[in-house]
Amino acid sequence: MSEIKIQIKNLYKIFGKSPKSALEKVKDGVNKDELLEKHNHVLGLKDINLDIKEKSIQVVMGLSGSGKSTLIRHINRLIEPTDGSVVVDDENVLKMNDENLRNFRRTKTAMVFQRFALLPHKTVLENTMFGLHIQNIDEKEANTKARRWIDRVGLSGYEEKYPQHLSGGMQQRVGLARALTNDGEILLMDEAFSALDPLIRKDMQDILLELQDELHKTVVFITHDLDEALKIGDRIAILKDGIMDQEGIPADILLSPKTQYVRDFVEDVNRARVIKAKHIMSELNGQDRDNAMFVDQDDFIDRFIDKVISDKPNCLIVKNKNNDEIGYLSTKRLSEILKR
Amino acid sequence: MEKLFLSEFPELSRETLRFIKKGFDTSYRAFSREYGDTIEAVFDPVLYFLVWFEKLLQNSPWPLVLICFLAIIYFGSRKISVTIGSLFAFLLIGIFGMWEDTMSTVSIIGVCTLLSIGIGIPVGVLMAKSERAQRICTPILDVMQTMPSFVYLIPVVMLLGIGKIPGLLAVVIYAIPPIIRLTNLGIREVDSEVLEAADAFGANPRQKLFQIQLPLALPTIFAGINQTIMMALAMVVIASMIGVKGLGQPVLKAITNQYFAMGLFNGLAIVALAIIFDRVSQSFGHRIQQHRSGARE
Repeated sequence: MSEIKIQIKNLYKIFGKSPKSALEKVKDGVNKDELLEKHNHVLGLKDINLDIKEKSIQVVMGLSGSGKSTLIRHINRLIEPTDGSVVVDDENVLKMNDENLRNFRRTKTAMVFQRFALLPHKTVLENTMFGLHIQNIDEKEANTKARRWIDRVGLSGYEEKYPQHLSGGMQQRVGLARALTNDGEILLMDEAFSALDPLIRKDMQDILLELQDELHKTVVFITHDLDEALKIGDRIAILKDGIMDQEGIPADILLSPKTQYVRDFVEDVNRARVIKAKHIMSELNGQDRDNAMFVDQDDFIDRFIDKVISDKPNCLIVKNKNNDEIGYLSTKRLSEILKR
Repeated sequence: MEKLFLSEFPELSRETLRFIKKGFDTSYRAFSREYGDTIEAVFDPVLYFLVWFEKLLQNSPWPLVLICFLAIIYFGSRKISVTIGSLFAFLLIGIFGMWEDTMSTVSIIGVCTLLSIGIGIPVGVLMAKSERAQRICTPILDVMQTMPSFVYLIPVVMLLGIGKIPGLLAVVIYAIPPIIRLTNLGIREVDSEVLEAADAFGANPRQKLFQIQLPLALPTIFAGINQTIMMALAMVVIASMIGVKGLGQPVLKAITNQYFAMGLFNGLAIVALAIIFDRVSQSFGHRIQQHRSGARE
């Protein structure tokens, strides 16, 4: 389908005094608890393989201590791995020298942090320009760009305020504006919305999705919240204790969880609000159009379930944006999915 | 009678001790005879500047100097009360005949503070950046702060004789540790998440230092500068013992001759200077933290 933007291969991270020797033990099959107890090393990540597609939102989900924040910091090498490789656009990030790494961070990536990490002594405008200042970009150009993004995230009029005078949600908008002003192809978001209260979080998720529709960046989004993951992720990777349990599109993870951990995770999710028609449709083979109902491929089940109950169609025909018929969905399959 | 071993600490014999001390003194004397002039020459520019600054303060018309001082005080503190208080303090100092000595003291404190900032901040930065530098500097700073100042006056005087430069050195040695320590502390206290963000945006070490670490450490550094000024003032009397002119000399004279009033007046003048320096540098320090409190000015 689309190109692979970031390729993470056999990535290991072990924290401790001599990670290299601990690595041997992990490769020989020593598990996390044993490594900590007997060898006094912490297993951060174990054999992570992940291909992140260009222009998509890849969510990495896990509870605290699962290694998800460690993983995202390997992509721009804020953390040095113990073993493995991270390739972005055919270039191994882990082989770059300091200068190349700085250039890579300046031009290709931008990061949004859980606790905002704004510069307290600089105004909203100066914070937003930070990435461009680092690149020594002309002041006037930086100013114009920064103001555009401040406006875009809804903070016009706050340019001269200091971060401390803004609410959490507004501070994170500054964080987002700062990252977007940098205009890298890769947006790294480390639990970017986790510190915000639910309503504001929903707002921010909507802003992100709206922006993504137009910017098409490669987004790596870390979260511990499954609802958030399902809402914004094109694909979701689930981490547990530094190991990747499952990776796939949201519907796959919901409908066929691979491990008990993932099963527990997805148990209470309201499927009707997460699964889209295209996720569960089957191929067309001459379905009867009499008494059929038409749905859009990106419609969630809960958008058309009421109508299905009241109209009692024979089957549902799924259409794409150009109004082509691309699949069908039987009412029986629909009820099976909702019942499970 | 033979002394009991346990009741008397086993010490080196008097001969040996004398030999050690004498050897130490002789070699230091040889060193100062050899290199004294060279070292003195190194400090010549500082001496030149100090003399020029002192003459400038003393020879300019006093109203002009006073107006300059008050302007600096006002722009530093932005407080009319501090400015008016300072005006009265300076007027009293002048009326009581201490204007000239006060100008000498202000000039030496000024030069010492500038020197301390010029040396102290880079050293503090170095300490913050390197664990090894911190391990080396910390004990040296401990010695500088706790060693009685008379003790290091001896070698300084042996090396450079009596005069302004040895006085200056003594004051700087005594006054520089707070600014070094607080620069180090201020930089180390900068939020690691903010630094991580700077890294993530590709800032190089210089950009991090000048755009993030130093600005965020500035309030702490200013507390250090304030301390340094206070300690420099405290050294004025001791420095006067090795020939530094200023308010310390009359105090010294007062001590030796039991002139109570003379000691009191000059002592109060030092106190007045201390309070002015303190208020101005503190409110300046507060003002550069404006991002932490209310709106912008």
